[in-house]
Order: sequence, then C-alpha cells, then structure tokens
Amino acid sequence: MKQWSPYASGIGIGILSWLTFVLSDKPIGCSTAYARTSGMIERLFRGDKTLQRPYYQKFHPEIDWQWMLVAGIFIGSFISAGLSGQFEIIWVPSRWAASFGASALIRFMAALSGGILMGFGARWAGGCTSGHGISGTLQLAVSSWLAAVCFFIGGIITAAVLYH
Amino acid sequence: MLTSLHANKPFQRILALLLGIIFGFLLQKGGVTHLDVIINQLRLTDFTVVKIMLSAVITGMIGVHFLKALGMARLHPKPGSFGSSVIGGLIFGVGFGVLGYCPGTIAGAVGQGFLDALAGGIPGILIGAELFAVVYPKLNHTVLNKGNFGELTLPELLNLSPWVVVASVSFFLIFVLILIEKTGW
Repeated sequence: MKQWSPYASGIGIGILSWLTFVLSDKPIGCSTAYARTSGMIERLFRGDKTLQRPYYQKFHPEIDWQWMLVAGIFIGSFISAGLSGQFEIIWVPSRWAASFGASALIRFMAALSGGILMGFGARWAGGCTSGHGISGTLQLAVSSWLAAVCFFIGGIITAAVLYH
Repeated sequence: MLTSLHANKPFQRILALLLGIIFGFLLQKGGVTHLDVIINQLRLTDFTVVKIMLSAVITGMIGVHFLKALGMARLHPKPGSFGSSVIGGLIFGVGFGVLGYCPGTIAGAVGQGFLDALAGGIPGILIGAELFAVVYPKLNHTVLNKGNFGELTLPELLNLSPWVVVASVSFFLIFVLILIEKTGW
C-alpha cells in the first residue's frame, strides 16, 4: 500500500517511542545528530581544535545512538518507498514546481538556505519536530510545547508568504 | 529499568538503526517524507502532518507515563527558556517553510529519491548547526538564558498530578483531531 492512514502512522510512531524509552532510555530525536556530524566535518579540517568549542564539548562529535536512528530513517524510507514502487529520483518536488517552476538550481538554493535556517534554529531551540514536536510534547515538557508551537507559527507564516 | 542494556553501546547503536528503520518506514507510509505534504500542512490545506503528530503524541504520552509509573522508563524533558524555545522555534519555522522538510523527514526524503533534500537540505542543516556551534558561547550568556525555566514540565508548572494533565491533554488533542475531521481537512 502506498500510503497508510495518518493515524496508523502516528500511532505506530507513538508505540515506537515506548520502545525507545524502555530499550534505550532515550526519546526519539534527530537534530543533535546533525550537530555531531557538523562537528565531525569541522574536525576533519581543524583537528582537535574543534573539540575546544563549548558546543562540541556538550555534544561530542561522534556517531551515537541518535545518529544511527537518523541513518535508519533513510533506510526505512527507502524500503517503504521501494516496496510501494514510489522510489524515484526527483530534483524539484511538484508542490515547489507549481509555485516556483522546474529549475533545479533555484530549488537547490532554496533548500540550502532553508536548511541553514533550520539547522541553526533547531540547535537554538534545542530540538526539532521529532525531539520537541513529538518526544518533548509527549513528556509534557514546557520547552517542547513552546518550541513546537513556534515551529508551526514560523512555518505557516513563511509558507503563506512564499507559496501562492 | 533495563540499565545493563542501556549501557551496552555497540548493541544500542544497532538497536537505534533498527528503530530508525521502523521510524523511516512509518514516516514514508504516512506521507511526510514529501515536501508537498509538509507545505500543504503549513498552507493549512492538508492536515496529514498534524494528524500524525497528534496521534503519535497521544499514544506516546499515555504509554510512556504508564511505563514510568511501572518503573520501566524515566522522562528526559529538555530544558528551555523563552529566549531559546521561542526565538529558536521561530527561526526553525522559517527554515521549515523554505526547506519543506524537517531534520528527521529529510533523511526519509533522501531515502525515496529527493535530490534537493540530499544536495541542498542536508548540507544546509549541517552548515546551520556549525554556525550555531560557532556563535553558541556568545548566545549562551545572553539570549539563550532569557526567561530560563529549566526542565519544567506541564504537571510541575500547573502543580497537578501528571495523570490529570495526561488525561486533559489527551482529551483536548482528540477533540482537535475530531474537529479537523469534521471540517473536512
């Protein structure tokens, strides 16, 4: 089946979070893995001076539990898309093309700049749509409810301005 | 608690990969590895993302609080402040609207063949994370600690039993989902 009911997918993710808490003592999260990776890349160029940054002392640049989780997302989506015949090489998603045209270069520039804002904002807020939006809110953390609401306020305003 | 299992790092990495594969499978089956679905959510024309998130939160919240009561899990609420959660959240939101993926779903988007995610989005997130690591010492002493409330949870804030809050939030989120379905989103 190409697509499941969003409730089947959501309840599945909720049950998955039970497993991560019991088996790994960790909530699902993704954005810290990117910070660790950026640290590993900086380390390739600057060596151990990278480790003097207070941020990389807090989040040591290494392949940890969460990094493997994000790698798993890639594989899981590949399997799911492959099974339903949805795997397809695409440069410009159709909703983007409908508003901004089929130029791969323009889409690339937008994805890069949107990614920079997202990576910066995720680390500023201390989490992303998974770590705050799902795992933090389900733990009833005040930081996560506040951040999750702001993710959507920022996103809804931006999409309203950009897309027509 | 399965503390010896938690301490076994090589095992935990393999387990994380397996749990991530399930997560990626569920995200792809839910449709949220597509930019179209995320942008239509932010344009408020398709509520798939909200339906997935809220049903995950309701299921996860009830289960994790039960597991905690049984002594099988402990909570890890993230610390926060108005300066970090609100401003960081809004910056993230702008990125969300421009990129059309999030740090988790973008890995899934790459897995199903989206090259804008692979060539633009992921390098962008890495650059953003690196820039933050560079400016972190300056921000940490100023804006990130503005209105600091630490690892506060809603039951602590409201001085209520966690069960009262779990039940109230569940009913409220189910009400929101019914409302979304009734209005035909």
